[in-house]
Amino acid sequence: MTALDATPRVTAVRGRRPWPARLAARLGGGAVRLVLVAVGLFWLMPTVGLLLSSLRDRSDIASSGWWQVFAHPGQLTGASYDTLFHNDKVMHSLLTTTLITVPATVLVILVGAFAGYAFAWLEFPGRDWWFMGVVGLLVVPVQVALIPVAKLFNALGIFESTPGVVLFHTAFGLPFAIFLLRNFFAEIPRELLEAARLDGAGELRMFLRVVLPLGGPAIASLGIFQFLWVWNDMLVGLIFADSGNPPITVALQQQVRQFGDNVDILASGAFLSMVVPLAVFFAFQRQFVSGVMAGAVK
Amino acid sequence: MSTVSTRATRKGVVRTRPLVAAAFLLPALALLGALVVYPIGYSVHRSFFDASGNGFVGFDNYHEVFSDERIRTALKNNVVWVVVAPGLATALGLVFAVLTERVRWGTAFKLVVFMPMAISMLAAGIIFRLVYEQDPDRGVANAVWVGVHDTFAASAPYPGAHPRPDGGLAADPDGAFTTTSALRAGSPAPVPLVAVKPRYAKGERDAQPPRAEPGKVTGTVWLDFTRGGGGTPGRVDPGEKALSGVKVEAVRDGRTVASATTGADGTFTLPAAADGARLRLPAANFAERYRGAEWLGPTLVTPSIIGAYIWMWAGFAMVLIAAGLAGVPRELLEAARVDGANEWQVFRRVTVPLLAPVLGVVVITLVINVLKIFDLVYIIAPGSSLPDANVLALQLYQSSFGTAVNQGLGSAIAVLLLVLVLPVVIVNIRRIRKEGRR
Repeated sequence: MTALDATPRVTAVRGRRPWPARLAARLGGGAVRLVLVAVGLFWLMPTVGLLLSSLRDRSDIASSGWWQVFAHPGQLTGASYDTLFHNDKVMHSLLTTTLITVPATVLVILVGAFAGYAFAWLEFPGRDWWFMGVVGLLVVPVQVALIPVAKLFNALGIFESTPGVVLFHTAFGLPFAIFLLRNFFAEIPRELLEAARLDGAGELRMFLRVVLPLGGPAIASLGIFQFLWVWNDMLVGLIFADSGNPPITVALQQQVRQFGDNVDILASGAFLSMVVPLAVFFAFQRQFVSGVMAGAVK
Repeated sequence: MSTVSTRATRKGVVRTRPLVAAAFLLPALALLGALVVYPIGYSVHRSFFDASGNGFVGFDNYHEVFSDERIRTALKNNVVWVVVAPGLATALGLVFAVLTERVRWGTAFKLVVFMPMAISMLAAGIIFRLVYEQDPDRGVANAVWVGVHDTFAASAPYPGAHPRPDGGLAADPDGAFTTTSALRAGSPAPVPLVAVKPRYAKGERDAQPPRAEPGKVTGTVWLDFTRGGGGTPGRVDPGEKALSGVKVEAVRDGRTVASATTGADGTFTLPAAADGARLRLPAANFAERYRGAEWLGPTLVTPSIIGAYIWMWAGFAMVLIAAGLAGVPRELLEAARVDGANEWQVFRRVTVPLLAPVLGVVVITLVINVLKIFDLVYIIAPGSSLPDANVLALQLYQSSFGTAVNQGLGSAIAVLLLVLVLPVVIVNIRRIRKEGRR
């Protein structure tokens, strides 16, 4: 049972229906399978095309389509990856992406959990209004902040730097983080917190010892979601990252304008940049899906 | 769309000093205030000033948004995006969700369709640059498209081929070739052609010299070129390739009196009626091949990029709808079937209405997402058709950063984007408040 397998199967009442209906149903079932197989292959094809292109020589890519490798398996070569691994800029950009993604994910969880806890369990004036304000920020497009934050970061001396990108991603991940975690924390049984309180725990200890451990599933969803979001971002990196030391998406984007000349690096680089998110996706499908569902409005 | 519901107005677990609550909230509120809320105000303010930021220009920037040619293209494209992409992705997601329910390996299918959501728009963009490659020998979209096209419309067998200059054939103004001398029944006509691209002659058999047949006009069309040199021009030498499928016509006084097509060995046979006529090879034999659609050309570029977007996001719609489908009571569907409804009626009259709330959330989410579309357009559209593929978010980026910028204009576009998503903010807050009261 995986997360994507959330629907119960249709168990049609068989035997009661006359045989023509059953035959039609069986034929219909066959057609459905056929359609699904065809669509599945169709959906896979672009990705397979990228993978096979990345495993061919640049001259082969320039002269024929990736499907030719089925006729000429000898064309398969790791030359593009060899070029890629010797391209310091692209290789270094993977490190930069990691140095942006990991802090931005940890920070959003940390800051979001503090605020989520406060909104769920602490008493302060205007709490629900504040929370509604945060929810209102859920769909604010990042585009609105590009110019002002660029100015602000310039004044602070962190424009075109990794910390700036991390801060930007953290801020724009927060509304969703607070929304998700506050709702999850609010479901924690009151008795658990009261018991901790009777044991003399302060707010910080209740947060660290009770709320955080119980919030595991929501934190995991949030973490996966934010990780993929930041890893895959291009726009924020394009503006706020150091253009001499950009994340992988920006490093590859810089090569796109000469698509034909750089097709070997682009194909292998794009595939390499997909490996981490795909691994995360396959390993944490369930958390990713629930994160996507919770954040359907982001 | 939260997986957990909120509780009715709860008291804090224990009264705490406001200072403590403030400490918990401070990091989040500081970040949100400085990087999300303040920028909104700044953008609104900035949008009323000119490029330098010093001159107040009132609503001029907004006026420019709706009058500038490039930005109007962007607006128009955004409308196309919003009208087409969310609806198509949701419809596909709905169909996939309903169909996979009946198949044991539905989960594997869902995994395949959902996977593109995990990758970056940059990677998806590069993937589709390869897919939409113009040359049908390289881009899979055109390879398929040309294949389909050629199945229904016969294509020219040998584009660019022509006779030897001294081969006894002369070019007509329309691209056809006609023999300079008349055909004679019983005396074979050699038709040597050159300049056939190797890939078009691939798989051809060796040419057969024409055999004389009494009362009939015979001949051979072949590639008069011996690999590795040698051979006599105008003669069928051993190893020279036949050109099959070439249409030949016998023309007398401008009228076609007989026609034939060359066989696998390059030979053709015309009836006696062709005697005395001239042999013509119609231009259709040599027309350039159909090269497929210009996916990334000015007219098709936006639909093509929307196609890539749907590839990425149909899985999102599918997963959300499948989760909604799991909540549809099976008995309702069964009852409709027992009442004699066919599968289409069950789908149309029971399933879809029950799913309406989920479908609404999916469409709204995709509309917001599509309004901000940037990466896919920026990566997929080649420089030459980038202006035709323009969208608001791309225009904002180009107006605000790089050379010759006008951040007043950029801010006006940003504010416009914000205004467009504002209705959703209100819907969201309403929903949260309702949940809070429950």
